Amino acid sequence: MARTNISREIDAKKQLPSRAPVTPDIHVLAVDDSNIDRKVIERLLKTSSYKVTSVDSALRALEILGIEEGRSPSTANSFQVNMIITDYSMPDLTGYDLLKRIKENAGLKDIPVVIMSSENVPTRIKRCLEDGAKDFIIKPVQLEDVKRLSQHFSSTIKKSSGVVCSKRKQEIEDAQSRKIASRCPHVHELRVIA
Amino acid sequence: MDVAKLQRQHVDLTHALFKEGFLDDQFTQLQQLQDSTNPDFVAEVVALFFEDTDRLLSELTRALEQDPVDYKKVDAYVHQFKGSSSSIGAHRVKVVCITFRTCCDEGNRQGCWQALQQVKHEFILIKSRLEVLLQLEQQILAAGGEIPFME
Repeated sequence: MARTNISREIDAKKQLPSRAPVTPDIHVLAVDDSNIDRKVIERLLKTSSYKVTSVDSALRALEILGIEEGRSPSTANSFQVNMIITDYSMPDLTGYDLLKRIKENAGLKDIPVVIMSSENVPTRIKRCLEDGAKDFIIKPVQLEDVKRLSQHFSSTIKKSSGVVCSKRKQEIEDAQSRKIASRCPHVHELRVIA
Repeated sequence: MDVAKLQRQHVDLTHALFKEGFLDDQFTQLQQLQDSTNPDFVAEVVALFFEDTDRLLSELTRALEQDPVDYKKVDAYVHQFKGSSSSIGAHRVKVVCITFRTCCDEGNRQGCWQALQQVKHEFILIKSRLEVLLQLEQQILAAGGEIPFME
């Protein structure tokens, strides 16, 4: 249960967790059809010193990345995107579809892609990681999830994809367990008479 | 008005909202993202949530009035609603959405109607409480105080 703490020191308010030392010019493209989630992810990323562009659809993301239909490959990534974080469930093109399109493009395939979803579906997570997603975040997205992103910018260590997948899956499960454990314990059972 | 008294009211209300399950720790996450460079962050997210919910509740009512009901469509709206309530920490609303989705899966029209009424009710409750909380914050800031920080 949350404890209250009225502190007389003004600085008590400023108790944000310590920020990862990220360079300010890392540009993240955030893709989410929910305006609330876009606002939250933007703030989370900016708090962590990333530069952020947010769009409301995978199609819009493809425009930004320069790989919409009919564009030449030389226009790919003219906005210098360093990471893409996308919601999974979106109308029209899903986050998974976006991931595939990015990985199929020679100019973009090395950009780390992270998928977010409110649904914890192990087969979905596995498929995304196996098909090239660097990480998978279960919503609601929190600061500790964003802090985890910085590792995807560190120098790459060659590992077999199987080892990376299982390590990532463990991290995803640990993060989810922490979120569930920290939920308000006073859950009221709301009964719907169906 | 006395700043300390306003802060005390804020602490008591926040404490009650968490204790009664109206809010969960996602709301605390949002509060932690608010600072002097983004002093209205929580209020802005809450405003978006209110607007979004009004829209979704209208769509849900309309969808459930159809004959036959397109449960896939209803479920899609509830999924959105569950997502936004989860992102803001509106815990009780989210819990009803979970039950609502089950009724959609079962094609249970009666259950869906009841879940809709319940979620409307929960939304009215959280909306009024959040409005009071945000108003207290404005008063505290106007009186030169700091918003109390919940750990």
